[in-house]
Amino acid sequence: MIRVVLPGHLRTLASVDGEVLLDVPGAVTQRTVLDALEDRYPMLCGTIRDHDTHKRRAFVRFYACQEDLSNEPPDAPLPERVASGDEPYLVVGSMAGG
Amino acid sequence: MSGVRVLVGTRKGAFILTADGKRDSWQVSGPHFGGWEVYHVKGSPADPNRLYASQSTGWHGQVIQRSDDGGATWNPVGNKFGYATEPGEHLWYDGTPRPWQFTRVWHLEPTADDPDTVYAGAEDAALFRTTDGGQEWQELTALREHPTGPKWQPGAGGMCLHTILLDPVVKGRMFAAISAAGAFRSDDAGASWQPINRGLKSEGIPDPEAEVGHCVHRIAQHPSRPDTLFMQKHWDVMRSDDAGGSWREVSGNLPTDFGFPIDVHAHEPETIYVVPIESDLFHVPPEGRLRVYRSRTGGDDWEPLTEGLPQRDCYVNVLRDAMAVDSLDDCGVYFGTTGGQVYASADSGDSWAPIVRDLPAVLSVEVQTLP
Repeated sequence: MIRVVLPGHLRTLASVDGEVLLDVPGAVTQRTVLDALEDRYPMLCGTIRDHDTHKRRAFVRFYACQEDLSNEPPDAPLPERVASGDEPYLVVGSMAGG
Repeated sequence: MSGVRVLVGTRKGAFILTADGKRDSWQVSGPHFGGWEVYHVKGSPADPNRLYASQSTGWHGQVIQRSDDGGATWNPVGNKFGYATEPGEHLWYDGTPRPWQFTRVWHLEPTADDPDTVYAGAEDAALFRTTDGGQEWQELTALREHPTGPKWQPGAGGMCLHTILLDPVVKGRMFAAISAAGAFRSDDAGASWQPINRGLKSEGIPDPEAEVGHCVHRIAQHPSRPDTLFMQKHWDVMRSDDAGGSWREVSGNLPTDFGFPIDVHAHEPETIYVVPIESDLFHVPPEGRLRVYRSRTGGDDWEPLTEGLPQRDCYVNVLRDAMAVDSLDDCGVYFGTTGGQVYASADSGDSWAPIVRDLPAVLSVEVQTLP
């Protein structure tokens, strides 16, 4: 199972506590993980990436295994430790402030 | 006993304030959708337990929430607001062309007879409609595609479609207002639109007869006088008695005619309310005194309403969608401030009291009169 950690606002929107566990058949990529996430929680459509283009929203970032994957190609394989469920895939509301 | 439910949208969530018909003891629930900006919450006239809320953030975009039990529980519905045709370009602040881009829903307007049919006014300006309770939203493209569209420019808050009036008498007639394009009317249920800005004078617009480009802040209408519209423009309070065909200024003796909201008494179609604000530079009440002004003559002659409102050291604003009236026998009037206060008057504005004092900045106030 793929482990996904959502930011607080999206956990509330999707009515989930803690990590989300997803069964992702086939290749484990950012696209397939987010497809599976939105399929299970359709209220998240449009809140992480654009409805149609699937472009990441500007203030959302993706991390895993201490790496910033935000600008990686969506069809690139995610790290093996994410695919194996040892590490979570993190969807993060970017931090900004002054 | 009848009662009221006040629906408040704020910078950090929605709040629901309820009271019986005496309106002197209030229950407060919220924040709903805490941490999100809630630009508008509105109930269906056809089913008072059906509520819709527009929540958004810069991080996660637009969400629409729906309640079927008067706000006790909520469920997200459809949030896909796509322009139905090639969106084209409008003018940016600096006068250069800029592609239309959806940002958020400013205003939700449920129809009188169907709780599943709701209109939504968006930034960048466009009109959407759902007929299935919010699951799917379709754009009514004619307004955005009006030939003047490429000339529209945003106001300071964005190029928002903030006012939607569904004419309660004339079938198929509706009004919309866009900052800073102006006011528009459709006589065919949104299939086509015409600008209705004749008579508006806006300092800074080179062409005093400009068809569009006016910063209309709010329009109000009484259901018994569908041809009469009242407008709070950026500067100037205006009135039309021919459904927007022409306008005349009714600012009269107001201390300043800058402001945002305007509303009409539920039972007196010539009694109207505004909240004068010092200027577009300051966005605060003149002299630090928060005063609602009431005209019982449809404008021109105004009286300050001050009882119960702070008359010193008050520097808040009242935004365009943050005033509403109930329809109890003694009309209640409500407004919210950027300082987080929601004030209520149960006597048509003669006296006021805060329902709550310390909410996040209030973006919108609506009220439902409950059986």
